Amino acid sequence: MEAFWIILVGSLIAISCALLGSYLILRKMAMVGDAISHAVLPGIVIAYLLSGSRETLPMLVGAAALGVLTTVLIELFHKKSNLQMDASIGITFTWLFAIGIILISLFAGQVDLDQDCVLYGEIAYVPLDLWITESGYNMGPRTVWIASGLLLLLLLFIWKGYKGLFITTFNEEFAKALGIGVAFWHYALMGAVSLTTVISFESVGAILVVALLIVPPATAYLITTDLKKMLLFSSIFGIASAIGGYYLAVLINGSIAGAMASIAGLLFGIVWLVISIQKRTSKTVAQ
Amino acid sequence: MNNTFQFLSFSDPNVLFVVLGTMILGASAAIVGCFSFLRKRALVGDAIAHSILPGVCLAFMVSGSKNPLYLIIGAFITGWLSLLLIDAITRTTKLKSDTAIGIILSVFFGVGILLLTSIQHSGNASQAGLDKFLFGKAASLTQDDVYIFGTIAIILIAVVVLFYKEFKLISFNADYARVIGLPVRFLEFMLATITVLAVAVGIQAVGVVLMAALLITPASGARFWTDKLSVMILIATAFGAVSGFLGSYISYIAPAMPTGPWIVMCLSLFTIGSIWFAPRTGMLARFRVQKDNQRKILIENVLKLFYHLGERTNGFKKERSLQTLLETRDLRIKELKRGLHLLKHRNWIRKKGENWVITQSGLNEAKRIIKLHRLWEMYLNQRLKLEPDHVHNDAEAIEHIITPELERQLEKELNYPTKDPHESIIPYIE
Repeated sequence: MEAFWIILVGSLIAISCALLGSYLILRKMAMVGDAISHAVLPGIVIAYLLSGSRETLPMLVGAAALGVLTTVLIELFHKKSNLQMDASIGITFTWLFAIGIILISLFAGQVDLDQDCVLYGEIAYVPLDLWITESGYNMGPRTVWIASGLLLLLLLFIWKGYKGLFITTFNEEFAKALGIGVAFWHYALMGAVSLTTVISFESVGAILVVALLIVPPATAYLITTDLKKMLLFSSIFGIASAIGGYYLAVLINGSIAGAMASIAGLLFGIVWLVISIQKRTSKTVAQ
Repeated sequence: MNNTFQFLSFSDPNVLFVVLGTMILGASAAIVGCFSFLRKRALVGDAIAHSILPGVCLAFMVSGSKNPLYLIIGAFITGWLSLLLIDAITRTTKLKSDTAIGIILSVFFGVGILLLTSIQHSGNASQAGLDKFLFGKAASLTQDDVYIFGTIAIILIAVVVLFYKEFKLISFNADYARVIGLPVRFLEFMLATITVLAVAVGIQAVGVVLMAALLITPASGARFWTDKLSVMILIATAFGAVSGFLGSYISYIAPAMPTGPWIVMCLSLFTIGSIWFAPRTGMLARFRVQKDNQRKILIENVLKLFYHLGERTNGFKKERSLQTLLETRDLRIKELKRGLHLLKHRNWIRKKGENWVITQSGLNEAKRIIKLHRLWEMYLNQRLKLEPDHVHNDAEAIEHIITPELERQLEKELNYPTKDPHESIIPYIE
């Protein structure tokens, strides 16, 4: 039963990340996703201090606020003072992450957040945190419900906003000419990335959420250019990483999240290799 | 205060090692970071930092010891591998370089975490402290560490000094370097090597995540103060070293405070301060220039109003009411009032009761702007063969920025015309 819950949560988060990550990659914002996933840390800590608990809602609000602040800061440095984009990203997220760690140390007694946990989470604890209703009925692990809620929300967002996201992703100029709010879709997407990051935080941590955001969509992008297929394939790669990761972790007794990222990388490597070989053979045939 | 004195006197040798160690690390990362920054590889440093973790774990698994030399060798190998893979992914697939960086850093880090936790769970007692690579251990640097860091820093500086000219050239114009026959691939290899080295040692102070800041933040801040590479490197080095010092100082007087994050905090404050306050290139300086330009444009536009009214009514120095001025040009009343106020301040207009009159010096200034406007219309019409009804908007924008030199050239080029394409008279000041 434990394995089932862990794989289920892993898959739910992997699908959410894969869906959002596809848009990030197509918008050439992969590293912005990375930056947000680090920069939400101070938001989480501040929310924790203000609300005094690990309640989900304040954390979501705090993280979303910080996520949007991150993109605003990156663009401020980039556009208003001509700092190159990559440096702007690098400065912003390291600064915010440092603030987060400092806050954790400052309020060590009050904040029950572990530095290691911030980096790679602890998905193995998922089955322990059960949601038990007031009448005493066991609803299963709390994270399962939260992760399912997130996925439903994202599916709704992508379903309802498919056209807006599509046009602003592939042809920003055209979208502007049509009067579509480019900024709205940009910040909506960034907000969604922040939400996903914070929900994934406790289970997979800041850096491995990046692996799930970037690697499965990048793998899918190697084999298709159709957005709908890319969303589907990246979700499949995400689920495969979650399942494979769990068994790999059991095998060598290590972090499940780390193993999930490793499997995601392995899948990418295999697809990359196959595609490269195909290219080479088709080239020799053509000659 | 007592603590500060104790800290500065270095009566505790451990303090000396920590301060020296962090300063050396901060400075050497900053030097290398200048080149990463200029070659637009800011985030590659982040990827290397993450990729070092599996190397460290593998080195420990193979050698069974925590000897810093073995660990640095392991770190070096996977750090290098990550660079090669990023390069290969961007070269052979349609993925962009930032995606490639993201893939490599997260997967390598994932593998590193997997190995690290596996080692931790294996019950091997000597593994304790390996996780220091995650967040750094600046506060517990020892004499041996300082010797190793010092040696590596000297190697880094020697390489940079030796290849300074070549590195400079490939940072600014790699194509040119290739054309004149420099061994660009070899130089890139050298730069990559010292970057990996700097990251491999720096990571021990601030940890995986914050390492990117040690490389890139001081360089970004220094860039705002100068256009000269040598000066930029010096400023960045100073930022790095001073932040190292301040970080260790803060964690000394407040032992609960982590050193690495405070080093990064100081670096970020230096750099964000530079971004805002640097003369000429800083954000405030830019805002000021923008404001000045807006004010200049407003003044000149309002002044032109008086001239146009004067032309129409055959009398430049007649009194004009606010209402007439508003009707002549589409301006918001607040803007107009501000413009009038600024003009009065310069003695270009006078107030007469409720009305305004242009002064002689104001009229001369107005003539100058009108002349520039009409000269430019003339130029567009005669030289670019634009129709007379297509030249106004362009002239409206450029009249504010034509310099006296350009003005003289336009006059000469057009042979001192008297009328513009709309048959309006071009005023010359006697």
